[in-house]
Amino acid sequence: MTATPSSAAPVQFPLAFGLDTFGDVTHDEDDRPLSHAQTIRNIVEQGVLADQVGVDFFGIGEHHTDDFPLSAGDVVLGAIAARTSRIHLGSAVTVLSSDDPVRVFQRYSTLNAISGGRAEVILGRGSSIDSFPLFGYDLADYEELFEEKASLFAELVKGGPVTWQGKTRASLHNQDVVPHTEFGPFPVWIGVGGSPQSVIRAARHGFSLMLAIIGGSPLRFAPFSQLFLRALERFGRPPLPVGVHSPGHVDVTDEKAREEFWPRYREVIRSVSKTRGFAIPTKESFLHEVGPEGALYVGSPETVAQKIAAHLTALGATRFDLKYGMGGLSHQALMTTIELYGTQVVPRVRELLV
Amino acid sequence: MTAIALLHARLPRIAVLGAGHVGPVIARVAIEAGYQVSIAASGDPEEIELIVQVLAPGAEPRWAAEAVEEADLVVLAIPLHKFTTLDPSLLDGKLVVDTMNYWPPVDGIQEMFEDRRYGSSEIVQRRLVRSTVVKTLNHIGYHELEDERRPRGSPERRALGVAGDDPRAVDVVAELIERIGYDAVRFDRLSAGRLLEPGGPVFGVSLHRTEFELAVRAEAA
Repeated sequence: MTATPSSAAPVQFPLAFGLDTFGDVTHDEDDRPLSHAQTIRNIVEQGVLADQVGVDFFGIGEHHTDDFPLSAGDVVLGAIAARTSRIHLGSAVTVLSSDDPVRVFQRYSTLNAISGGRAEVILGRGSSIDSFPLFGYDLADYEELFEEKASLFAELVKGGPVTWQGKTRASLHNQDVVPHTEFGPFPVWIGVGGSPQSVIRAARHGFSLMLAIIGGSPLRFAPFSQLFLRALERFGRPPLPVGVHSPGHVDVTDEKAREEFWPRYREVIRSVSKTRGFAIPTKESFLHEVGPEGALYVGSPETVAQKIAAHLTALGATRFDLKYGMGGLSHQALMTTIELYGTQVVPRVRELLV
Repeated sequence: MTAIALLHARLPRIAVLGAGHVGPVIARVAIEAGYQVSIAASGDPEEIELIVQVLAPGAEPRWAAEAVEEADLVVLAIPLHKFTTLDPSLLDGKLVVDTMNYWPPVDGIQEMFEDRRYGSSEIVQRRLVRSTVVKTLNHIGYHELEDERRPRGSPERRALGVAGDDPRAVDVVAELIERIGYDAVRFDRLSAGRLLEPGGPVFGVSLHRTEFELAVRAEAA
């Protein structure tokens, strides 16, 4: 047991604010979908703008579908790295279970080199499962795949030769894995959507905790922060930051942000509801989600800032990543969200949390 | 005997199998409803001790066999693919609440549940030959189970279906649902549990009793 009470832990980390995208296909002025190629080039521009307006982190979530064509996000992050100098870049999330931890390490270690030490990795399953059949994995093996691969990844990020044995991948014996990182291990997070065992796993491996909160009351995740801190203590590890990832959209007024976001949100959730088991949202449920007790950060900079500040405090978190974009919104609308988030929301949250 | 101890003496004891997304939430709301609850995962209770302490304070982490032995009612809150490797004799003679779903797009294909003539709980019952299976809690999100509770008589109270072949077992489980904070809509056949499954009219939808009854009647017609 340490002498430091758990409640003191959250203040030990500086506040950080990120933007995440799943590469949701954007539409042109005539509401027609842009090509995958144009969507990807726009994401590079969005990442560059995020850096210019002072956002701390830009993340790309791995997806493999026509609506979300960001299957190789690290390549896109490399392009953003070459045009920026400050912003941290990472996955949000990397579907580690259907990937090779050695390759994930190599790609992000390379990104770390290109960016001068700005790479981060968020590991998880995500809510999309398309990568399992695509790469020949059985979803029923998800737990074992994730557990084994997370343990190997923890070894890899330490640096130095790796010795590892498991069932899901060839063994490694004193294997040097390159490129070596320049400034020690890069930050690794585990994205958790509701599994307490994943919280324990993050603590056991010494990974930070990213709470993925995409619906319902964010406050119900408060016990997860507490569980994480207690588990870190139990494993004899120093405190690590807790972050929150949630969807949202920012525009000059609450009305404008909601009017733009709502029809796109309804359509996207409707189209995935059958396979993911989400209930189809009603206007009423939407308004609840954008209200102070819901998980959507949609509104004016002031509304969104107040909500972020309140939830970070309640959850003992010091990092907030806004998942911006929703299939069908325009590139321009996303650029507006990014600009307002960086220039108004983030400074306002910092002010509120002083 | 204190009032709370008396209450415990009358309410069935619950064992929750599973300490993942769902198990600790069910344990927590059952404890708050006055039940005595133990919780078990597949291994050593020490591994889930912290999870139980923080997420379901008051529940007792146990080995699965011990938890089941002492329980009147066993809640299955494990992923369906783990059910296929669970030893059925563990649950002999028990009232089993099946909260699981067969949902291939999310969890992958399970051969045992591919026979579409039967609902997933009927297949669970066929495997658990010496247990009494009741289906419920599969059609509400684990993240909603705590927030959407309302006292009896509240106009906002959500309804949940309870389906089983044994009327006394259905009564016991319906009482649990009512005490947790939901209106129980009873179905006197386990096969009616198909109406509660993914893709069905009440899956993941927040409905009051009358809306719920209408929705299932329209589907069954």
